[in-house]
Amino acid sequence: MTIPHLLVHEHKDTVGVVVVENLKAGTEMLAVVTADNSSFSVASRADIPIGHKVALKDIRKGDTIWKYGQDIGKAVADIAKGEHVHVHNVKTKRW
Amino acid sequence: MASAPIVANFSLNRNKLKPVKGRWIEAPSFKAPMRRKRRADAAMDHFFGWRRENGRVGVRNHVVLLPLDDLSNAACEAVANNIKGTMALPHAYGRLQFGADLDLHFRTLIGTGSNPNVAAVIVIGIEDSWTKVVVEGIAKTGKPVVGFGIEGHGDIAVIAKASYVAKEFVQWASELQREKCDISELWVSTKCGESDTTTGLSSCPTVGNMYDKLIPKGIYGVFGETSEITGAEHLCKARAATPEVGERWYKMWKAYQDDVIEAHKTSDLSDSQPTKGNIAGGLTTIEEKALGNLEKIGRECKYIDILDPAEAPAKGPGLYFMDTSSAAAECVTLMAAGGYVVHTFPTGQGNVIGNPIVPVIKITGNPKTMRTMPEHIDVDVSGILRRDLTIPEAGDALIASIIRTANGRLTAAEALGHREFVMTKLYRSA
Repeated sequence: MTIPHLLVHEHKDTVGVVVVENLKAGTEMLAVVTADNSSFSVASRADIPIGHKVALKDIRKGDTIWKYGQDIGKAVADIAKGEHVHVHNVKTKRW
Repeated sequence: MASAPIVANFSLNRNKLKPVKGRWIEAPSFKAPMRRKRRADAAMDHFFGWRRENGRVGVRNHVVLLPLDDLSNAACEAVANNIKGTMALPHAYGRLQFGADLDLHFRTLIGTGSNPNVAAVIVIGIEDSWTKVVVEGIAKTGKPVVGFGIEGHGDIAVIAKASYVAKEFVQWASELQREKCDISELWVSTKCGESDTTTGLSSCPTVGNMYDKLIPKGIYGVFGETSEITGAEHLCKARAATPEVGERWYKMWKAYQDDVIEAHKTSDLSDSQPTKGNIAGGLTTIEEKALGNLEKIGRECKYIDILDPAEAPAKGPGLYFMDTSSAAAECVTLMAAGGYVVHTFPTGQGNVIGNPIVPVIKITGNPKTMRTMPEHIDVDVSGILRRDLTIPEAGDALIASIIRTANGRLTAAEALGHREFVMTKLYRSA
């Protein structure tokens, strides 16, 4: 099997995790959904470090971010598909 | 200038260390030792350990110098220096504690001395009466234990007397033999650290798969980290064996939120949870961290009881939740005091923690961590991210590592000398 660039826990998720080092902007990434091993592709819009997240669709400010099929927080800025998702644009709803 | 080391009958290459070219002088007879082939399934149902006086089985055979308090660390360390093969467990507390905090202090020390990885104990305290509490607590296991108070005698007299006893203990312990034990006699704890997004994808589900396979065989398991379940509390509550246990778990978790977080927070926890290391590794929110954390209990396991910190489980084999801090050394120390003999520790960014009496097995799925600090890792599951290793295969690899560790193989943390022993303090002393 080709080594994926991105792993996604569940189909419902709106973010995936980069699992290769030195990922560059503009890479056509192979994404694998671990729940059923299905795959799709998405282009990265930034250099994204291993372990960091990528938006799988256009996300609007205030939208819930889904990972593990669960609510992990909300967007605090608009995030375009393929962009880096982290503490600069997502925050917990809790605190 | 120091002369070059002479290497014979051992290949450093085998352990992934690359000798500097031309620096090593190899004996003419040099031959790398063959790696013994292991049948993956053959040895999965038993291990060889030391059966203690109370029937529990240990996988290490330590003779421990246990200080009651900070003041007694020096004497304990002096005895451990005198008598080879013994080990002192210095720590920071033990004076003027009271109430639940003092109870926890005693429970942690007594539990540590009672752990079946410990063959015999010498307790040294500044005065006799609290020292006696710890000695009598450990004595219930039936193992050899002696206590000394320093006041009225001084360090030097105590060190001399304790050294004679320590020598007897270590010579006695060195003759104890391992025996074949069923895997059901293993008590395996878990807690992860320096987590990142790879722990939730790989190393934590590896531990979960191990529990899904070994809990039905009758082992004792435990997970904890009360604060780090925050964000997945609805899922954790639902994993209790009965609604009553789930309610008790939720009450305990809520009490932590109200009494600790709400009472002490200055803004929000964003600067502590996730930690700076977590954030560097890609974790963004406490919810995301908690969901990855909870992967450690697998798909099938349900916890049967809630333990106070350092409390020994008493409801028979199965998975337990222990109310602990999420700080690695505090948590592992409490689980060891609860009687667990092997610890499984998933890490993403590379936590280097060990414990003095319990072998800590490190598991990582992060290829960068595997590349930059491999000497700290016992089980490499980075193949999960490349999709060339499945979670069940990784679980089997972890079980194999647990059994080899139980049989005597030193973990990376043991070989590197990591002995973090950290008492949990509930509040300021009187």
